[in-house]
Amino acid sequence: MLAVLAVVGLLTFGLLSKGSSRVALGEPAPTSPLPRLEGGGSGSLADYRGRWVLVNFWASWCIPCREEAPALERFQQRHGGTGFTVLGIDSRDLSNDGRAFVRRFGLTYPQLRDGNGDAAHEFGTTGVPENFLVDPQGKVRLLAVGPVSAEYLDRYVAPLLPGGKS
Amino acid sequence: MKAGLATLAAAVLLALAPGAAMAATPQTSLGEISSEVMCPVCGTLLELAESPQALRQKAFISRLIAEGRSKEQIKDALVAEYGTEVLALPQGSGFDLSAYLVPIVAFVVAAIALAFGVLRWRRAGQSEDRAQAAEPGAGPSDEDAKRLDADLARYDL
Repeated sequence: MLAVLAVVGLLTFGLLSKGSSRVALGEPAPTSPLPRLEGGGSGSLADYRGRWVLVNFWASWCIPCREEAPALERFQQRHGGTGFTVLGIDSRDLSNDGRAFVRRFGLTYPQLRDGNGDAAHEFGTTGVPENFLVDPQGKVRLLAVGPVSAEYLDRYVAPLLPGGKS
Repeated sequence: MKAGLATLAAAVLLALAPGAAMAATPQTSLGEISSEVMCPVCGTLLELAESPQALRQKAFISRLIAEGRSKEQIKDALVAEYGTEVLALPQGSGFDLSAYLVPIVAFVVAAIALAFGVLRWRRAGQSEDRAQAAEPGAGPSDEDAKRLDADLARYDL
């Protein structure tokens, strides 16, 4: 009887620990530290508390990520600063491939590395790219599954930022 | 003097050449490693995966094989990139060790429980036999005894 209970308990634990649900709007965004993609050390979403952050999950092997990267960089150039930043999270990717991607698209916003996909799991992503706009209090205010375009960023993200213009 | 130096240089080159050749000799194969590691995005063995991420992972492994890295070195490199979840087989240390120990312990416990069960069953059977043997009147009834005697008398030679 005890053995049966133990097996059932282990199976339940396994299911609970493997299952993940997407972070909902209004919920606090996960802030687990991650290694930086370049330059060593680690970083976290918590480092940007007090700023709007567009968390962008991407990978170099992901074709839609290549399509959205230029739009994200242009948006960062226009809006990045003390009130806002894009924060890239390179997920389940080879670090050299990730660094090559950053160079290829000339991405200037900070990049973290999520090699084993734990951060993607915490956010409840189902793939890449996915984007989460996190407010200065660390709560998710917008989420976009799939690539974001310049139009999306201007229409939905820009009005929320300090100044509120696209 | 020059001839001596040239001979020495040639000897050094000859001595190093086999080592250099050995370093680039493949020690493992893509098939062997792909059957022991996971595709982190697909959640299947890498050998079964054909996703863009899996193709990059296979290319990474092929490059390390071409560099002459051993299977363990390549697995270590994959763990550095993707974490321990990339290994299809649990590691033989830490919590993962339980994946190997639990079945062994479960088997031993089951075997001991079975042995105890069989012993108890046999003892119960034996004591039941003894109880029956010791029970008064456990032999044939009077009627049976009479019939037995009659039968024996009939066949008495």
